[in-house]
Amino acid sequence: MTDDLDRRLRASSAPALDLNRFQDALSRRAADEGLLDVAYAVHDSPLGLLTVMVTPRGLVRLSYPGEGVEAQLEELAERISPRILEAPERTDAVRRQLEDYFSGRRTSFEVPIDWRLVRGFAGDVLRATARIPFGAISTYRDVAAQAGSPRAYRAAGNALGSNPVPIVVPCHRVLHAGGGLGGYTGGLDRKRYLLRLEGVLAS
Amino acid sequence: MHLPPFESLVEAHAHELHRFLVGLLGPSDAEDCLQETFMSALRAYPRLRHADHLRAWLYTIAQRKATDTVRRRARRPAQALDGVEPAAPPAAEGDDGLWLAVRQLPAKQRVAVVHRFALDLAYAEIGQRMGISEEAARQNVSAGLRRLRKEVTPDDR
Repeated sequence: MTDDLDRRLRASSAPALDLNRFQDALSRRAADEGLLDVAYAVHDSPLGLLTVMVTPRGLVRLSYPGEGVEAQLEELAERISPRILEAPERTDAVRRQLEDYFSGRRTSFEVPIDWRLVRGFAGDVLRATARIPFGAISTYRDVAAQAGSPRAYRAAGNALGSNPVPIVVPCHRVLHAGGGLGGYTGGLDRKRYLLRLEGVLAS
Repeated sequence: MHLPPFESLVEAHAHELHRFLVGLLGPSDAEDCLQETFMSALRAYPRLRHADHLRAWLYTIAQRKATDTVRRRARRPAQALDGVEPAAPPAAEGDDGLWLAVRQLPAKQRVAVVHRFALDLAYAEIGQRMGISEEAARQNVSAGLRRLRKEVTPDDR
């Protein structure tokens, strides 16, 4: 009798939870109630799966595959807020613009940027970089000068190397003064791809 | 202090909390209650002082929300009268009658029985989650089973 009751209790299984649907509903409600501080989604692009992370202030991070999304989300949890949910809807505006950019229908991004991850000189360098137009290029020395310290081109290189929002803040448009490509967060192949897309390098 | 992104809590615990709530409330109210649980957790989350025992913390909230749901249900007269859940699809659970009886158990026995049989936990773990001793957890489960045995006749097998 005991065993039988035992067995019956164990045998009755709960209906499975549809986790995706549940997460969608949860993140929508969290956003409505102002409790979603960081929303993120994975976006398929010609350069691989990008992770787009936004806050109510704007785009805070865009990362290439292999950059360790987990670690980046941890960093956002610590520096901005741990109220982080996967919420594709919230990233739609950015993702649509990325799609248009990669398909050649868009030459500039109109998304607000949340600069909270960058500080000081690095922020000045990245803001100067954000002004380099589609199809143009600049040099490390030049963006350093634009940021107010012409001789700090190495520091400018470091700032660009840790650009939290590549593509949208176009650090790929910054090259060595001698004509060399310099470096790139996502690897030089991606830098070449973007420069080809913008007509700077021959395809 | 370092709190993991909230998303990781949802991914790690949504399924088991759902099982827990289905055990306590039945399938029709469990998902709503699960959303209430995570919303409440999300609201309080940044104020937590440490990231230890996050799972136990979620269970505490879930249990509180389940209690709210039961109270709300009791105020809905049509349901309070017959004690059945009109929205529950008949095939949702393998043994409806038995689990309906589980849901009529006194709170502590109910929670202990759900932990034991829906989540398959050891008594030590159940005690920890309920904030009672291992022995008290065992007693609550067996008291619950005794009562179930009286209420569930062999006919509804």
